[in-house]
Amino acid sequence: MSESVTALKKTPLHEEHVRLGGKLIGFGGWDMPVQYSGIIDEHNTVRNALGVFDISHMGQFFVEGAGSAAWLNRMLTNNVERLSIGQGQYTLMLNEQGGVIDDLLIYRISDDDWFLVVNASMIDEDYAWLEGHLADGVSLANRSDEFAGIAVQGPKSAAWFDAYMGGKCGAPTRNQIVHLDIGGGQTFIARTGYTGEDGFELFCPAASAVQVWNDVLTSGAALGIKPCGLGARDTLRLEMCYPLNGSDLSPERTPIEAGLGFFVDLQKPDFIGRAVLAAQKKNGPAVRLAAFKMQGATPPPRSHYGVYKDGAQIGETCSGGLSPTLSAGIGMAYLPVAATVPGTAIEIDIRGRRFPAVVEKKPLRKSKG
Amino acid sequence: MNIPDDLRYAESHEWLRADGVVGITDHAQHELTDVVFVDLPEVGKVIEAGQVACVVESVKAASDIYAPVSGKVVAVNEAVRSNPALVNTAPYGDGWLFKLELNDPASREKLKNPDEYRAQIG
Repeated sequence: MSESVTALKKTPLHEEHVRLGGKLIGFGGWDMPVQYSGIIDEHNTVRNALGVFDISHMGQFFVEGAGSAAWLNRMLTNNVERLSIGQGQYTLMLNEQGGVIDDLLIYRISDDDWFLVVNASMIDEDYAWLEGHLADGVSLANRSDEFAGIAVQGPKSAAWFDAYMGGKCGAPTRNQIVHLDIGGGQTFIARTGYTGEDGFELFCPAASAVQVWNDVLTSGAALGIKPCGLGARDTLRLEMCYPLNGSDLSPERTPIEAGLGFFVDLQKPDFIGRAVLAAQKKNGPAVRLAAFKMQGATPPPRSHYGVYKDGAQIGETCSGGLSPTLSAGIGMAYLPVAATVPGTAIEIDIRGRRFPAVVEKKPLRKSKG
Repeated sequence: MNIPDDLRYAESHEWLRADGVVGITDHAQHELTDVVFVDLPEVGKVIEAGQVACVVESVKAASDIYAPVSGKVVAVNEAVRSNPALVNTAPYGDGWLFKLELNDPASREKLKNPDEYRAQIG
């Protein structure tokens, strides 16, 4: 999990992480906090109260120009025409074979003005792919270095927003984005997240990141806010079965196989990868990304462990880890469709020993409501 | 970082007590983060110094734990099976892992003393 320290990039909040006692590791080329108080403690804080994450490593692209909606609809699987101004959606960018290049969020800022948030490790690749397919009259800008990102997540997020804004502005609704003048510049605040809890993602100018981060901590203090690292971010998203690109998504797997068909609009005009997806949708994919839960006391599953059924290997784990909420090992794996039925008994090979697991319905963490 | 004076240390962050008990250091447990599972060796297993003796799983990753010296496993800490967090909360006490009967009692002297280990982890 750790990478060489030499070439790691630092976010504008790096010094704050050190000051707060964060434990830093290499992630996608960035020197990022994996934890502060502890992964399980931070996980439970987000599930029960409020946590704040540095997501400055993520990339921000801007697309504008007449014809941008049609072009984006050709590049992405979801339908951007469904977005009203100020709304966002989860979407995927595919290669010609229907495989996933990246998954991202896109927000409509005005009729022909779009804000995209992409994965940190994919910024250069995404930009090159988009630029290579650019249409006349559409402009693309990678402004990732200009922005810091701060995610506030947890059931107390709405109360935090009111405390932070001092009641001066209503909170955006789910998937909505607002553009505010705070923290010394233009800041986007979207009602979204990667934890399965209510929450916000703030994208502010890099120069005001430290001020915004500390204002967030101050305004959340009475609500029990804690800084959280990538470790908790991973366990939180895994319980929700949100895919992580590079682990659960890859250029060899389609969104249909990943169970993300909801974010693919086969009715809109042609988009890159569509033909493969349409055929898969019609004929049914051979494999699907299934979620599983270990049975009894077992080591937590990790990536690339063999998955067995009736003594034969049927796949390999993608993501895996311990679920603090369920107190059990959980994971995801692409399995033959027949084996993805909830209740199917499988085994996970952990260091040469096979441990029992059961395929479960996604998400693994059922919401309290 | 807590580095008790009465222990010897392997470069791979295991400690060895005079009676052959082995665990991981405070520094190691801190680096590993929350320990959630310990795969202990079988009692009776004979292990060479530097060989993998057991695996400690944290939320983050699985980490091999090496035998600091050669010997035979004569006891394992059953308590960490049911409560792996002991490795974090009491790395030099209730969070010990296994006990070795050393092939050669003098092999203990080849390990780092507390000052040398302190210098290693900085």
